[in-house]
Amino acid sequence: MIKAAPVQRKFLTPGVYVLLSIVLIGVFFAVRRFLFGIGAISNLNDQYPWGIWIAIDVASGVALAAGGFTTAALAHIFHRHRYEALVRPALLTALLGYTFVALGLLVDLGRFYNIWHPLMPSMWSGHSVLFEVGICVMFYLTVLYIEFMPVVVERFMGRVALPGWLAHFKGVVEFLLRLFDRTLGRVMALFIIAGVLLSCLHQSSLGALMVIVPYKMHPLWHTPILPLLFLMSAIAVGFPMVIVESIWAARTFGRKPEMHLLSSLGKTVSVLLFVYFSFKVGDMIIRGTVPWLFQPGLESFMFVLEMVGGVILPGAMLLSSRIRHSAPHLLAAALLVVFGVVLNRINVFLVAYKPLYATERYFPAIGEIAVTAGLIATLILVYRLMVTVFPVMAVETESDRSVEEWAHDVETKRADQRMSVPRGNTAVTQRRDS
Amino acid sequence: MDRREFTKLLGATGLALVPGKAAASDPHPHARKVDGIGVLVDTTLCIGCRKCEWACNQSNNLPEQPLSSFENKSAFTSNRRPDAAHYTVVNESRPDGEPIWAKVQCMHCQDPACASACIVTAFDKRDDGVVAYDASRCMGCRYCIVSCPFQIPAYEYDNALTPQVRKCTFCLERLDEGRAPACVSICPVECLTYGRRDELIALAHRKIARNPDRYIDHVYGEHEVGGTSWLYLSSVPMTELDFPELGDAPVPCVTETIQHSIFKNFVPPLALYAFLGQIMWLTRDREQDAEAEGSDAVATQAVRDQGGTTL
Ligand code: SF4
Ligand code: SF4
Repeated sequence: MIKAAPVQRKFLTPGVYVLLSIVLIGVFFAVRRFLFGIGAISNLNDQYPWGIWIAIDVASGVALAAGGFTTAALAHIFHRHRYEALVRPALLTALLGYTFVALGLLVDLGRFYNIWHPLMPSMWSGHSVLFEVGICVMFYLTVLYIEFMPVVVERFMGRVALPGWLAHFKGVVEFLLRLFDRTLGRVMALFIIAGVLLSCLHQSSLGALMVIVPYKMHPLWHTPILPLLFLMSAIAVGFPMVIVESIWAARTFGRKPEMHLLSSLGKTVSVLLFVYFSFKVGDMIIRGTVPWLFQPGLESFMFVLEMVGGVILPGAMLLSSRIRHSAPHLLAAALLVVFGVVLNRINVFLVAYKPLYATERYFPAIGEIAVTAGLIATLILVYRLMVTVFPVMAVETESDRSVEEWAHDVETKRADQRMSVPRGNTAVTQRRDS
Repeated sequence: MDRREFTKLLGATGLALVPGKAAASDPHPHARKVDGIGVLVDTTLCIGCRKCEWACNQSNNLPEQPLSSFENKSAFTSNRRPDAAHYTVVNESRPDGEPIWAKVQCMHCQDPACASACIVTAFDKRDDGVVAYDASRCMGCRYCIVSCPFQIPAYEYDNALTPQVRKCTFCLERLDEGRAPACVSICPVECLTYGRRDELIALAHRKIARNPDRYIDHVYGEHEVGGTSWLYLSSVPMTELDFPELGDAPVPCVTETIQHSIFKNFVPPLALYAFLGQIMWLTRDREQDAEAEGSDAVATQAVRDQGGTTL
């Protein structure tokens, strides 16, 4: 089991006040939307029914939450236990990321109160890509909450303290926690696999969404392999998100980042990026869209920016071991990957989308930007709050030992346990330990 | 199972996830031949009186009602699109100097993109050919608007709580009473003909054969995006009247093929699930020796495994 503890830090800092004011501005516009309609705060119209709420809040949000399933797969399916320290922060990001995708949708959906309709068998729509995305996201969100349960159990089991009359329920709550504790461990594997499967399905289907508009999309992005490209880029951006978070969290909470783990993730990322890049280029050559690159205009500029700034540059940076082992450089490379994927989602959903009878280009209104910024600020605040309440961050609270030492401890302990059981690999273990 | 076998299996599972390739030969799974009703628009007869617009507003209780406002020909100065308050508009084009008028509305596609896209089946291609909308199902995601190849559905962006997707209804209530759509009934020059789609196509071709100088030899909507219930005859290609240039393949073809091959009897997802489970089981003890190889070796291994599942 991972050893993690709540972070002990003051919650209210100047940064937090800035975030709070961004949240308030967002709330102001969101309220206007519920009073006067989507049109009152957005530039959405019949030409551009989708704007940044879909491209950023939903598409980028889902992609950037991919760290949850990639680290879960790495640590729990491929059993690279040393990465376990990264699983909980990534899980929390995914959990909050998807929750905020849902919240963002409540603003964007015209009839938000019907958001549960896809669950009704009478309305199932098997041929709709969006239906698959919706169902998978709902299930995955549930899986994420289940995966997070052990953290809650760990925090509260045996120390439930309820105020006032609620104290009567203490026994019940304790019982439930203990029940979860006993059962969850046994079935968790099923949920972890389901989470990875559901992620693969909806990450790719998000790309399939735009396959249906061959006549309205720029050829640089419109390809039948969009689902595959979306899946690959989501997997590629999973670890960079973990890197960004870990280094940032380490900074804000004044701890050492787990550089040892992060830099080996960085190496993985460079390979993933180059595989993605070769698919992208191969697809362009096969479909003969290369000439479009040389057509001056916003589209070709954005495409080159996305590919050079978000794929080639970070891919090349991460090849260098010196860059991988320096926190600021690694952070920069990881941020570039994140930038590249967000830009890709914006390009696919907005820049490439050309209505047949467009009179003017879409550009987000202040209200749209405010709502999106408000959601992101809320997410950061809730994340901050959660890590101070729940044991998410892998830290040694009593001493200042780095996580690497901690990870080493865990390994040694594991090795010790294993020594007593004669096995094929005991020799290896012993050699290392002696 | 050694690593090489693993990779092979990965490849096999992965391939099922690669859309298009595996299923390219499948016919479009959702395709459904609907032999319903339709309307034939003979643009060479239209006089641009805009009475159909007025009748449509009357029949569908749309806001702009007085007949006089439709006699205003200044509407032709710009190319208008149907919107939430106008289900049909008549546009004027002058490809060769002489004005040609063409009525625009939902084409009631044979294989509608909007219905394929809709997440909750709020759009439905009925057996009589009408593409109907049911607001009570709709959750307002507007994917239907994104997907329509004719850019037809419009949205009530200023309605805070109960916005609807709006488009030509084919005057469903009138049809149920056995009457023709309002626009067809009012047209003073019989530019619009209402009837069975297959008969209209035959009629259109007869007209072309009888008057080869009057018409180009193409019925717009006979094959476009798999065919539409509304059909157009014209003296110049419809693209010159600002109609979109479209291929014959139904728009939902590719996405539905992808969808249906990924979810073929749920085999690919279940296979992936079982496969991931197997990796989980097989690698449960392996981290020990992997650790001993040193961190970068592990990372490289992780790359291989990670990359493998995804491709
Ligand atoms: S024209 Fe557009 S709205 Fe009308 S049926 Fe076809 S896809 Fe649907
Ligand atoms: S807006 Fe309504 S009708 Fe259109 S796709 Fe979404 S749920 Fe379906």
